[in-house]
Amino acid sequence: MRILCPNCGERDIREFYYRGSAQDLHRPNLEDSLSDWHEFLHLRDNTAGEIRDLWYHEKGCNSWLVVTRNTVTHEIIKTELVKNTGEVRA
Amino acid sequence: MRFSALRIFKEGLTGNMNWEPHWRNPSPKSKYDVIIVGGGGHGLSTAYYLAKNHGIRNVAVLEKGHLGSGNIGRNTTIVRSNYLLPGNSEFYSHSLKLWEGLEADLNYNVMMSQRGLIMLCHSDGQRDAFVRRANAMRSRGDDAQMLSVQDLRKLLPYLNYNSARFPIYGGLLQKRAGTARHDAVAWGYARAADQRGVDLIQNCEVTGFNINSGRITGVETTRGIIEANKVAIVVAGRSSQVAQLAGIRLPIESHILQAFVTEGLKPIINNVVSFGMGHFYISQSDKGGLVFGGDLDGYASYAQRGNLPLLEHVFEAGMALMPMIGKAKVLRSWGGIMDMSPDGSPIIDKTSVGGLFINCGWCYGGFKAVPASGYAYAHLIATDNHFHTAKNFRFERFQTGYHLMDEEGTGSQHNLH
Repeated sequence: MRILCPNCGERDIREFYYRGSAQDLHRPNLEDSLSDWHEFLHLRDNTAGEIRDLWYHEKGCNSWLVVTRNTVTHEIIKTELVKNTGEVRA
Repeated sequence: MRFSALRIFKEGLTGNMNWEPHWRNPSPKSKYDVIIVGGGGHGLSTAYYLAKNHGIRNVAVLEKGHLGSGNIGRNTTIVRSNYLLPGNSEFYSHSLKLWEGLEADLNYNVMMSQRGLIMLCHSDGQRDAFVRRANAMRSRGDDAQMLSVQDLRKLLPYLNYNSARFPIYGGLLQKRAGTARHDAVAWGYARAADQRGVDLIQNCEVTGFNINSGRITGVETTRGIIEANKVAIVVAGRSSQVAQLAGIRLPIESHILQAFVTEGLKPIINNVVSFGMGHFYISQSDKGGLVFGGDLDGYASYAQRGNLPLLEHVFEAGMALMPMIGKAKVLRSWGGIMDMSPDGSPIIDKTSVGGLFINCGWCYGGFKAVPASGYAYAHLIATDNHFHTAKNFRFERFQTGYHLMDEEGTGSQHNLH
């Protein structure tokens, strides 16, 4: 699997750290309910098909990326910098 | 039909013409007491123990493909009970006891081979941790034995004892651990369940759950609607998809785990051996192939094949530990879909839908659990109560934080196991 980093170009997955589902970008507020936090921390759609997940280009430009890819075929569909997705909270 | 030495002798004299199929191939009935979704190891053992322990025989196992075609048909076949944490350890301890009596119980040769499993340690700290684990194992009644380097040199003369980077400090031996023939486990449970009246229905995919006022009434399948009082999901890597049909979101992420087999060789590796400084474990099959594997690839996947970085890591770890295997040629590799839970431990529980149960989250260790998982799941389905060996295998541990069973001590988070 090779990931197209917006900064560095196409790179081997050895260069990346995998964080998991991009739902991690949507962290609940401290005052939100326990079940909101449970959903955020533990529950996953775990789709067989197209998903969005977070990768960190650790041995490259040190950017966090949202990678849209197909979990059945390993096809990388789209890669974007997290900071450009508008999903990061202040 | 009962298998026996006499029967084999008789069949041999008459040209082996009178063996019968091991199970029937029935069409689904319109209604069952219990439907089990998934005809893998755990599903088949659940059906068997429902019939045997609880007298519930009006049971169907629905399998999308053919019986035993998932992870039970492709794994590294290791059976052990060297767990540390309460909640897990008594479960695997029970499982190993069931394994020891399995062939007599099922009247089926599952080629159970208690050849011993040795976990190697490579530092003082790791040895201390293994001593603690060995004490935990012995205190609950299992066997465990610490081996010195001198012991290891006799038992495993082929290891690289001169490695400056990964010096071998000792090992933790569980003599009762070993391997079993994975397919035969599925076939043995299938045959024994079928003999007790369970319908094993293949090529029958569940496409929906019928739920009325919060209670399950049956399933929709590619072979029509089948009614049931209770429905039990046990579909490993596909758990999230099947549960979603009932509107349930699970704490599961499906990952890929690769394993490898070499060409057949003369007997050389007599035990199961695991490396403590890299992800590598190995045994030799009765056919002679070296069967070995390592860690997950590390990203969510349903592809049933892995990527090269992990393959390289496993091979490097193998070469670091036992350089002799470098001469063997690898014949096959495969990737299975693992239902990873946040803390690395399983779930056997009720769901928010009445009469609908789920058994999942076996991560990369489901094979050894097959007997005890079916035993505990059947108990839950039949009685609505959790069996004592699996009473902590509940969803609520993630929400409350109590009874998390994080064997690796890395935290209850999806990408850490």
